[in-house]
Amino acid sequence: MTPQEIHDALKARFGEAILSFDEKALDPWALVKPEAIAEVAAFVKAEPALGFDNLMCLSAVDWPKETPPRLDVVYHLYSYKHDHTFVLKVQVPRDNPRVPTVEGTWGVANWHEREAFDLYGVVFDGHSDLRRILLPDDWQGHPLRKDWEDPELYNGMRVKPTPQMAERYAAGEKIGVGPFDFTPPNLPLEQS
Amino acid sequence: MILPGPPVTGPIQGKFGDGLIFTNVDLVLNWARKSSLWPMTFGLACCAIEMMAAGGTRFDWDRFGMIPRGTPRQSDLMIVAGTVTLKMATRLKRLYEQMAEPKYVLSMGSCANNGGPYWRHGYHVLKGVDEVVPVDVYVPGCPPRPEALLYGVMKLQEMIMEDRVLRRRQPSLGSLAGAQMAPEAVK
Repeated sequence: MTPQEIHDALKARFGEAILSFDEKALDPWALVKPEAIAEVAAFVKAEPALGFDNLMCLSAVDWPKETPPRLDVVYHLYSYKHDHTFVLKVQVPRDNPRVPTVEGTWGVANWHEREAFDLYGVVFDGHSDLRRILLPDDWQGHPLRKDWEDPELYNGMRVKPTPQMAERYAAGEKIGVGPFDFTPPNLPLEQS
Repeated sequence: MILPGPPVTGPIQGKFGDGLIFTNVDLVLNWARKSSLWPMTFGLACCAIEMMAAGGTRFDWDRFGMIPRGTPRQSDLMIVAGTVTLKMATRLKRLYEQMAEPKYVLSMGSCANNGGPYWRHGYHVLKGVDEVVPVDVYVPGCPPRPEALLYGVMKLQEMIMEDRVLRRRQPSLGSLAGAQMAPEAVK
């Protein structure tokens, strides 16, 4: 099916819950109401004409400068049976990002949703085991949000560039690689 | 066994049979230590590929008596090959403390030396493994070629040969001096 036909099938079934549709994008996507995403997911997998049996990727995007500030959760779907793809998106407010889980539809969403929770702080309601997957359990905050600031210390280890690095840089050591060359912390980054 | 060292001369020369040799303790112990460095397999990122190449047939670190060992209890040398994340650093520190002395640390590649490309935006990367364990040899490169790693090992062997086993004037190689991580971080 073409993206337009997939969208029409979704629109016929869910109506107002399908907010918008972008066919011109490289991966055509439909915007879904957050409350409806679990039912939409179950539908697109169960409906024989759609047959989206594979959740290729579940990711999140941070938009802190939009009004209101929001987080997107993006679902890349694929059907092995029909060899077609589609993308679903939901938008949730940045200060209270809650999305129903799609773990019951695609089992792989368990780890994907844990990753989105770990790095962006999106809370997936109904998830069976929502805890951090990559970062340590005692980590504070969600570091892929765009307003993330490194803490000074994590468990006694420095997270920001260390004072010794400036001395080693002055002594001639090359720190960093290629475009990420070291700037001593006492200089503003713009001057380098 | 023929060891380099000062020739034995004087009244005892030639008084004993062929089964007896004279040398000094430092020389024998250091020679034994440097000739059987067993590195713990600590490959963390792409540097590990070069470390494996150094262990393969083309570069063959078995020539130095190096046998990769999968347990800290029986290894002498920790080759930190790759990016040390903050999560891994606590494990790295624990594994280092499980190694029996004398123990040596070789920091391989930019990430282990000083954070490498993650020095500024790596919220998850330790800015140099010498923040948590004392490092004896740094090998630069991203990643270093196997020749560079072997050169680092040879430099470590030179340092071991200069070690004073019985009369230590300063903290010996492979001691715990220099580690900075807070003790409560290792749980």
